[in-house]
Amino acid sequence: MSTPYLSLAIWVPIVAGIVVLFFSRERDANFARWLALIGAVAGFLVTIPLYLYFDTTTPAMQFVEYADWIPRFDIHYHLGVDGISVLFVILNSFVTVLVVWAGWEVIQVRVAQYMAAFLIMSGLMNAVFSALDGILFYLVFEAMLIPMYLIIGVWGGPNRVYAALKFFLYTIFGSLLMLVALIYLYSVSETFEILAWYKVPLALSTQILLWVAFFLAFAVKVPMWPIHTWLPDAHVEAPTGGSVVLAAITLKIGAYGFVRFILPILPDASRYLSGFVIALSLIAIVYIGFVAIVQADMKKLVAYSSISHMGFVTLGFFMFSVLGIEGGLAQMLSHGFVSAAMFLCIGVMYDRVHSRQITDYGGVVNTMPKFAAFMMLFAMANAGLPGTSGFVGEFLVILAAVKVNFWIGFGAAVSLILGAAYTLWMYKRVIFGEVANENVAKMKDIGSREFWLLGIIALAVLFMGVWPKPFIDVMHTSVTELLTVVGRSKL
Amino acid sequence: MRNLYLLVPLAPLVASIVVGLWGPKIGRAASAWLCILGVAASFAASIVIFRDVQAGHAFNGDVYEWLVSGDLRITIGFLIDPLTVTMLLVVNFVSLMVHVYTIGYMADDPGYTRFFSYISLFTFSMLMLVMSNNFLQLFFGWEAVGLVSYLLIGFWYTRPSAIYANLKAFLANRVGDFGFILGIGLVLAYFGSLDYETVFAKAPSLAGTVLPWAGHWHLMSAICICLFVGAMGKSAQVPLHVWLPDSMEGPTPISALIHAATMVTAGIFMVARMSPLFELSDAALAFVTIIGAITALFMAFLGIVQNDIKRVVAYSTLSQLGYMTVALGVSAYSAAIFHLMTHAFFKALLFLAAGSVIIALHHEQDLRRMGGLRKYMPITYITALVGSLALAGIPPFAGFFSKDSIIEAVSLSHIPGHTFAYVAVLGGVFVTAFYSFRMLFLAFHGPERFHGHAAVEDAQHNDRTLASHDQSHESAEEPDPHAHEGGPPKESPWVITVPLVLLAIPSIYTGWAHIEPMLFGNWFGNSIVVHPSHAVVAELAHEWHGAVPFILHGLVSPTFWLAIAGIAAAIWFYIIDPAMPGRVVAAFRPIYTLLDNKYYADRFNDWFFAGGSRAIGRFASHVGDRVLIDGVMVNGSARLIGFFSREIRRIQSGYVYHYAFVMIVGVFVLLYWWGVR
Repeated sequence: MSTPYLSLAIWVPIVAGIVVLFFSRERDANFARWLALIGAVAGFLVTIPLYLYFDTTTPAMQFVEYADWIPRFDIHYHLGVDGISVLFVILNSFVTVLVVWAGWEVIQVRVAQYMAAFLIMSGLMNAVFSALDGILFYLVFEAMLIPMYLIIGVWGGPNRVYAALKFFLYTIFGSLLMLVALIYLYSVSETFEILAWYKVPLALSTQILLWVAFFLAFAVKVPMWPIHTWLPDAHVEAPTGGSVVLAAITLKIGAYGFVRFILPILPDASRYLSGFVIALSLIAIVYIGFVAIVQADMKKLVAYSSISHMGFVTLGFFMFSVLGIEGGLAQMLSHGFVSAAMFLCIGVMYDRVHSRQITDYGGVVNTMPKFAAFMMLFAMANAGLPGTSGFVGEFLVILAAVKVNFWIGFGAAVSLILGAAYTLWMYKRVIFGEVANENVAKMKDIGSREFWLLGIIALAVLFMGVWPKPFIDVMHTSVTELLTVVGRSKL
Repeated sequence: MRNLYLLVPLAPLVASIVVGLWGPKIGRAASAWLCILGVAASFAASIVIFRDVQAGHAFNGDVYEWLVSGDLRITIGFLIDPLTVTMLLVVNFVSLMVHVYTIGYMADDPGYTRFFSYISLFTFSMLMLVMSNNFLQLFFGWEAVGLVSYLLIGFWYTRPSAIYANLKAFLANRVGDFGFILGIGLVLAYFGSLDYETVFAKAPSLAGTVLPWAGHWHLMSAICICLFVGAMGKSAQVPLHVWLPDSMEGPTPISALIHAATMVTAGIFMVARMSPLFELSDAALAFVTIIGAITALFMAFLGIVQNDIKRVVAYSTLSQLGYMTVALGVSAYSAAIFHLMTHAFFKALLFLAAGSVIIALHHEQDLRRMGGLRKYMPITYITALVGSLALAGIPPFAGFFSKDSIIEAVSLSHIPGHTFAYVAVLGGVFVTAFYSFRMLFLAFHGPERFHGHAAVEDAQHNDRTLASHDQSHESAEEPDPHAHEGGPPKESPWVITVPLVLLAIPSIYTGWAHIEPMLFGNWFGNSIVVHPSHAVVAELAHEWHGAVPFILHGLVSPTFWLAIAGIAAAIWFYIIDPAMPGRVVAAFRPIYTLLDNKYYADRFNDWFFAGGSRAIGRFASHVGDRVLIDGVMVNGSARLIGFFSREIRRIQSGYVYHYAFVMIVGVFVLLYWWGVR
């Protein structure tokens, strides 16, 4: 049997996290940091073979691992990735390294627990992206909430308890309905194999009920309008690392659910209800764009911009075309980089001034020119400038939308204006201008740790913008296969 | 050749990256020369490529695959044809001049290396734009030049007016790009490709397609108008023109390079490049004509009342872009590109001359504080005079040929709106001549008004110019405490005057030297397509008997006499009778107020668009998110559950007689139910 890379991707960070927990005394803090970094880097390294050995010519699941788990209910430890999920496993492991590194000096209390929470979270999220068994998926999907709940609730801001609870209740409300749907699918198919469900015939009325259940679970995570209000609160209260993981990976899990469950298992309902999803996506893009403009809190602003960008993902998926789905997936990847970078930038400023309010800043470029250059790049990527990763997804989705209906494309393209308006207006007020106050005057430019942290993401953002082909090539066969599955009626 | 094609954009890019990352380390001089070397290499390569293309070796090929998605293959590639090489030469030449000029102009600026990095990056982006063989790369270059323009307008980032102007510029351009990307989307949806060659080949067969979802418009009209909206943003056509005057907040070299000679002409270039599509839609061409005509005339009026020397040139740029757009609208693409070229030379010249004056006066931009400079700065004066004569369209300067051919083309056109356009472009000639020479006289002739501030407070001087409203402080360059001290103004150093002279030369000769091949010869080959029913330039060619007869014909045409009248009026107003402008202002106060407020376009935009979106945002954020979703749905459902739990909890009181009572009631209800059944 070949090396179980997926198991390694899942268990290396989890085991590392548990080990780190043993060093939770204050005087071991530095040791815990290094251990966590080693664990995270190891976790990332084991995912690199996933890219190197990935076969882009087949839509089948690769790196498959299959073992009995609860035979009585036909539940298996079944892992595998295709072109849709493999990049997210890698992205997640990559972001984990960044997050551990980003918390290096910033987190001073309960260091070991903080690092452990992120490592365990990372392993669980890799499991979400590679689970091929319904119950396994559900288990890790829910388990993931616990570390994030703790991250917000323990290391968060003043209103952290409200935010953590809101986050928890919102998401669990959605996922409980999904459990019902999973059990129903088991009852008609007598298996928890997700891929087997792709072939189960279902009546339209049944599909619609199941669709609603899955939709609520995933739409909360994305999040889609109007069940998005937990996200700004969670971001505002979460520590920088929490925001990065939340925006870069957790939101992607919601979108991933659409392509792994909703579209292939419920193709007829998806087509039947596509107008509904398109409407919600356009509302996210336009309405949320306007909301973002007036935010006074930088984290809230970027949180709203995340919702708006994720609107492109769901919009792209429900165009039912190669271009749309690949655009949506590209947008997910890019948003992983760009939102992570934006939250890290805000974190850099927060560490110095301890405020997220735009009005507390002004003229940061005078004291932090290197930082300002990085943030310019990320702001432009957030506004979807060609040459950055942020452009690829938006461009493909707009093209796909115009192909389906010009007016849908028209609505989506509004983000060209709104995205630039909210991002650059914030940038102008925070970075440009004369030094606004003493706090800004005392800000020190980024040190080498922060420089490399932002520099690595900057390279990724530019690489994907200049040459997105390697990313799209990985997806392509699987997306084509997905569309054939979606194209087959189950009635 | 292929390597040479790559060298053209990459040389400035490499220079820009090196200087951008390590500029402060390698030093100011090394940074400057590295960037100049990059552009010079690119310029040299362009000349070689130009000769090669003239010998008939056009090229259309890909460099690498950007993305492959199903049957859609998007590539980065070059289309090297006569239109491209014309643009390459213009862009690289002006860029090179501006690079050299920058050494002198930015000498005292702490952001010296950053500035070089930006202008080289700009050159790269612009070259990518003009060399593109597909819509994606076009859009990349399109947005990239917008980015660099944003960075350069806000170059002095501590100045509130500069960072207001750059945000405004970016957003106005984004409104244009909104249309542009939809146009690209329509191209992909109906042509299935983003490659120029494929699209243009397929265009005639799709000319009859109508769009049922858009009131049965023709597909071509929809595509072309969407694309043209992009051009309206980039080339600053009414009503998206508002950003260009404010862009003068940037340092003068970039006003010359980006906001006069090259970037703003990207829209003109794009429409010319898309001529195979635009030719299929009379509606789109009429739209283009009318927008261009409005811009040409009404922006020229605004040039009259400006007191900031750079803003006069900026409004003149708007107006001249309007001329080019009109030329596009009447299918005289070659005339548009011809005017683009001559304009690039003389307008860059005028901007750089203005910059030379600004530097000599220690960052003074207000025309009311200039005057009499011709004896101090002879080279700047002569070159500015050449630029003004070219701009006014006096033969035999370059502007005469290009502008006159546009006007002739309009008079022959039959596109809807051509009559209005003809009146507008003719009227524009008078106004252009008037404001150009007003600026020239105020800066270089008359009494010297730059000795101290006292002279300006003098009411008489306010009357001397056609304005009393003081705008100078909105836009003054680097506030300099030592302004107006340190002796009389001096002629600028060679790094400034040499580019002026080198730009003055083509401003004199390119007209008569190139009109014949560019307009009536086969200069552009197949790169521009004109439908037989729109062939105005071909008609013009019948009347072409050489440059001298063209000039002689021009001398009896209304165009020439309008220009002369404009200059004469300027002489009368600003040299013979300096009290005249004040009297005119007093007589036409409402019109003056309208012009002084730039037709209130800025105020309307600030109130309606900026204020409106903030209001929508606030409403959506407060009422939508906080009250309705969080208040009613989220916390409301929590409260509802809380309410029920409280009520239900009350039943569980713990008293036996309560439970007994409920039980008895229950028993009765059951009995009753059974009894009734």
